[in-house]
Amino acid sequence: METYLFYFLIYPGFLFAAVIGAFLSWFDRKITARVQFRKGPPLLQPFYDFFKLLLVKETILPARGAKGVFLAAPVFAVFGATMAGVFILLPLMNITTGFHGDLIVIFYLLTIPSLTYVIGALSSGNPLAAVGASREMKLIMSYELTFLLVMAGIIIKSGQSIDLYQIIQIQREGSPFIGSFSGVLLFIVAIFCLQAKLALVPFDMPEAETEICDGIFIEYSGTPYAMIRLSKYMLFFILPAFIIAILMNGIKLEGIHILWAILKLLAVVLLLTLIRNTNPRVKIKQAIRFFFTWMNLLAIIAIVLAIFGL
Amino acid sequence: MSKQTLIPIGPYHPLQEEPELFKLYCEGEIVKDIKWETGYNHRGIEKLSEKKSYDEVFFLVERICGICSTSHPFAFANSVEEIINVEITNRAKYIRSIIGELERIHSHLLWVGLAGHFLGYNTVFMWAWKYREPVLDLFEMIAGNRNNYAMFKIGGVRRDIEKAKIPAIQEVLALVKKKTDLLVGAVTDDPVFHARTKGVGVLTREDIVNFAAVGPTARASGVDIDIRRDDPYAAYPLVNWKVITSEAGDVFAKAEVRLLEMYESISIIEQCLEGLKREKEGDIDVKVKHIPEGYGIGRAEAPRGEVFHFVVSDGSNSPARHKIRAPSYTNIATFKKSCVGQSISDATITLAAVDPCYCCTERLAVAIDRNNGQRIMNAKEIIEHSTQITNRLLNNE
Repeated sequence: METYLFYFLIYPGFLFAAVIGAFLSWFDRKITARVQFRKGPPLLQPFYDFFKLLLVKETILPARGAKGVFLAAPVFAVFGATMAGVFILLPLMNITTGFHGDLIVIFYLLTIPSLTYVIGALSSGNPLAAVGASREMKLIMSYELTFLLVMAGIIIKSGQSIDLYQIIQIQREGSPFIGSFSGVLLFIVAIFCLQAKLALVPFDMPEAETEICDGIFIEYSGTPYAMIRLSKYMLFFILPAFIIAILMNGIKLEGIHILWAILKLLAVVLLLTLIRNTNPRVKIKQAIRFFFTWMNLLAIIAIVLAIFGL
Repeated sequence: MSKQTLIPIGPYHPLQEEPELFKLYCEGEIVKDIKWETGYNHRGIEKLSEKKSYDEVFFLVERICGICSTSHPFAFANSVEEIINVEITNRAKYIRSIIGELERIHSHLLWVGLAGHFLGYNTVFMWAWKYREPVLDLFEMIAGNRNNYAMFKIGGVRRDIEKAKIPAIQEVLALVKKKTDLLVGAVTDDPVFHARTKGVGVLTREDIVNFAAVGPTARASGVDIDIRRDDPYAAYPLVNWKVITSEAGDVFAKAEVRLLEMYESISIIEQCLEGLKREKEGDIDVKVKHIPEGYGIGRAEAPRGEVFHFVVSDGSNSPARHKIRAPSYTNIATFKKSCVGQSISDATITLAAVDPCYCCTERLAVAIDRNNGQRIMNAKEIIEHSTQITNRLLNNE
């Protein structure tokens, strides 16, 4: 019991994921700043931001909103992110949960933060938040199918395994999935899904600062907003970690492999950062079309290739 | 479901951090109707202008707009010089045009950056503004100020551009030209940028005529108007340049027109610098002793379009009536056509595409007594008051 609580709360769950995620978000902001000829924030800026929101800033509740749901949504977002983090990071750290079929659970758990954002936004009673929520819902519907197809590709490549631990072990014994042609295609599709899941440009239309003033989060302030930031930090770590687990051989935490693990993580985050810095925001219609036609097509091609063992 | 939601853009909104309110009446994401409110920031410039001497009015109208801060003095100088009927020296003409075109370059760079920012493309935002900096530094070298240059006076300009400064200007122009190439590449080669701006917020030629839109907004819809050519002033008739137009009328065309205009501006400045070398140094103004009775119309092509100044003189040392019309005032009205039927994402970039400038548009005042805080006049009363003055002057003539 204590071990599971430790897994959930400290390592590799809540605390570990949040701290690493905060550092990764600093990395993202620093790279963005350097690309834009700016100096960028100091290393601990994500922590300053978080603790200022948590402890210093006052919490303002929308007068006409459903306050209970509004406040509960960020808590569930953090909870969902933590659960997904535990299920992804345990196999990644070579600890087997003994649970065969966690890939399906991870898929559902990764949807929880986005869904809670939608629920929180709709309960705030703000018209801009409603627009943001409708955009987020459309976005979820467009990328979830693609994300599922990526997982299907992985399951086929690993010989019908839906156990993340086993998938990593299969890659260790053979070669990482990204080394094959279908693996590369799956990686491209997965990166775009991540971009949408993390609501980064070009898929940041649920927040879209210059259109609807941060849309879904417009009414959040103080502690609830700190919770939302926390869930975002965690997703910023566990989603790239998930990609590393399913496509890039996982990581080993011993000797020189620690360096490799860090490099892999930074490489995936760097890719996300560069995509978000070299593109304007697309419209929600264009995003749906992009995922429904091009990304699904690419994922299906990858699956067909995987069936033929390419 | 036909329930309409009101999506407010302003008075506090990150799209344009300026005092304006656009009410988008939306069904789902589609804008069905748009209404706007301006007038949050009344300053009473026209009334103030009647209390100041002609020399001081230049400093006043310069502060109408922080970005195109030379277009208003330009138009004011044109109108007062029409009253006096004075011909300024060629050297002053060249210097005026150089200042005007440098301003167009930095204003268009500013817009390109903002357009990027509004589309979520913050890299373009930061890059465009970085390359705008050398232009502002150039202004500091020429005039001593990055903005509000105070270069104009009746009969000429206040400061000369000496021979020693010309190489530095040419250096910056070469840099800006290179970086404009880069920005044009970033804008025209990006398929996502095309997808976001092509066919968005289209204004046809008829719309432009009906709304009397001006400047790059009109030129992007194929309406070939440019005050610099149609009503020649300063050194524009002395140099070779062409008016840039585009036919499409969408946001992309507006970006295209502005970017290509920057090349024209660079070319105009280069020719003016050559012209400066020919003229005698120090010969920058004509002494004006008295401003006779009469009225003058002055127009200038600001980066956003035609700036219109109308000055009535009663022979004293301050204008009896001073009327200003800024380009954004007419351009904002086109939103009624260009935003309706678009999605919210498209409407926001359409709102930004005319490069609206609210500080130009809003100049009326509520005059408040400084000592007891009582309201002396509101906007309506000021208009009535100024109409009375104008009538009185016209009847006297």
